[in-house]
Amino acid sequence: MSDLMVIINMLALVYLGWFVERSLQKNKSKMWLFSGLVVVMLVILFTLPNYGPTYSYIMVTTILMYLVLTVSWALFSGPTGYISLAPAAFFGVGIYTSAVLGKDIPLLAVVLLGGILSFVLAMIVGALTLRLKGTYFIMFTFGLVLLITNLLLWYEIKFTGTRGRFVVAAGNDTIYYVMLGIFILLLITAFIIKRSKFGLALQSIGQNEEAAAHMGINVTGVKVIVFAITAFFMGMAGAIMTMKWTYIDPYSAFDLFRSFLPVLMAIFGGMRYFYGPVLGSVIFAYLEEKLLTEFPYVYKLAFGIVLIAVILYLPDGLAGLVDKIRARIARKKNALT
Amino acid sequence: MHLLEGKGVSIHFGGLAAVSDVDFYVDEGEIVGLIGPNGAGKTTLFNLISAALEPKPGEILLKGKRINGLKPYQICRLGIARTFQTVKIFGSLPAIENVRIGSLFGPLNRLSTMEATKEAIELLEFVGLSDVASAPAKDLTLSSQKRLEVARALATRPALLLLDEIMAGLNQTELLEAMELVKKIQKRGVTVVMIEHVMKAIMGICDRIIVLHHGKKIGDGTPQEVANSKTVIEVYLGEASDAGD
Repeated sequence: MSDLMVIINMLALVYLGWFVERSLQKNKSKMWLFSGLVVVMLVILFTLPNYGPTYSYIMVTTILMYLVLTVSWALFSGPTGYISLAPAAFFGVGIYTSAVLGKDIPLLAVVLLGGILSFVLAMIVGALTLRLKGTYFIMFTFGLVLLITNLLLWYEIKFTGTRGRFVVAAGNDTIYYVMLGIFILLLITAFIIKRSKFGLALQSIGQNEEAAAHMGINVTGVKVIVFAITAFFMGMAGAIMTMKWTYIDPYSAFDLFRSFLPVLMAIFGGMRYFYGPVLGSVIFAYLEEKLLTEFPYVYKLAFGIVLIAVILYLPDGLAGLVDKIRARIARKKNALT
Repeated sequence: MHLLEGKGVSIHFGGLAAVSDVDFYVDEGEIVGLIGPNGAGKTTLFNLISAALEPKPGEILLKGKRINGLKPYQICRLGIARTFQTVKIFGSLPAIENVRIGSLFGPLNRLSTMEATKEAIELLEFVGLSDVASAPAKDLTLSSQKRLEVARALATRPALLLLDEIMAGLNQTELLEAMELVKKIQKRGVTVVMIEHVMKAIMGICDRIIVLHHGKKIGDGTPQEVANSKTVIEVYLGEASDAGD
């Protein structure tokens, strides 16, 4: 029963992602219907703690965490082609903001501050590294996570004498609401960026950065600011999520897996579409939780197999598959008439 | 005052002087041809003017103001636009979006989205690409892609347009169309500097020709003067006609 609740809410999340993509298109037919459905979906999502068992919204919180990481990752890396492995760093900065300041200031302020600190870190890192191309950029962002982990480890052992920290816990429903709020804010931000000329600038940078620069686009400026905006959301997600975990240390806070997963989830869902990464992370995250609890020994193996299959047979991910099936149905219809 | 002026412009790649101590100027309303054998430093000079590279040493002035050390996007907004020898279009974006990017980001005074779209439509028509406005740029023919680059560059509302071999690889009809296009650009009030190997085009439409050889300027004058210059004939036209035999 509770699994059904989770699946209904997953569908609601995917719908929101699809709606953003649809609103970006020129096709405005039936928009009143789709907008009405958005309200329904939002009601379903926001009232989940009222009708669903605790397990269901804890599960959806985890899904939302991956959603925020993946969608914000894809917002920058999708159009520009700059593959960042820094999500774990920004997420971890949020976690540590919470761990250090959680006792002293209100919850929402902690979350916001976690986002702001990540934003600042991303500005600095971006200004230094976004001149790097291809592999060099990937390696640097990867190194950043390792650097922060070890720097923090050194600091904790040298000055506090302990490796980890306790985090002030928050209620499961509070965490859920805040995480949902962050995700919706992210969708709105993504919509604004994609619809504005920044979206076009990001695409042109991905297509041909040199030409973009000669067309009057401040390529470094655009890249750094969008990179930092996406880090803002990752930091907020880290700050709220850690209130569920109560104890953290540098290794668990800056887990590199959280850098790889957004990339995998986005590819799995289909990077050419806005709702692709949404679809990818919702399904991926659900499978991960399910497999982890029910088949703890084979879950990573199953993951690997699914990923290889997707990369080999579905170059445009799940969203691409949906498109293909749709096109086939449309063709059949035409053939019949 | 000249529209564009270079004083002792140089750049070295390792030990090679790609452009060395070149003085040049471009006046408003001119069509200036930039010619020279392969490796003469023509495209490098374009890169220096458009700030893809920075001259060391040397000075580049736009309307009397020094523009060295600026970034390419700043140069573009100051009024210098360019095309590329190997086309650098935004391949998966529709042709119209390619041009719209130019008009959204290039002009010093920002246009509204509506104005930018209107201008993009007008420019596509100007270069004769209205029919393929919504096709992805990578699907266009090479000659169309080159014209798309011209439209995109014009969209930034330049005072000076640098055209890098837009006529290479075109057939006879396309060549005549391209020459016509350059003339039309001049009529719009845009000054043009063009790198070209097609002698017929250069001699036919340029008001003045600058000749580079091994990074040095060896000739500068009207097409007639350049065609009669002994040095130019020796190093450039001479070689070209040898190759033709």
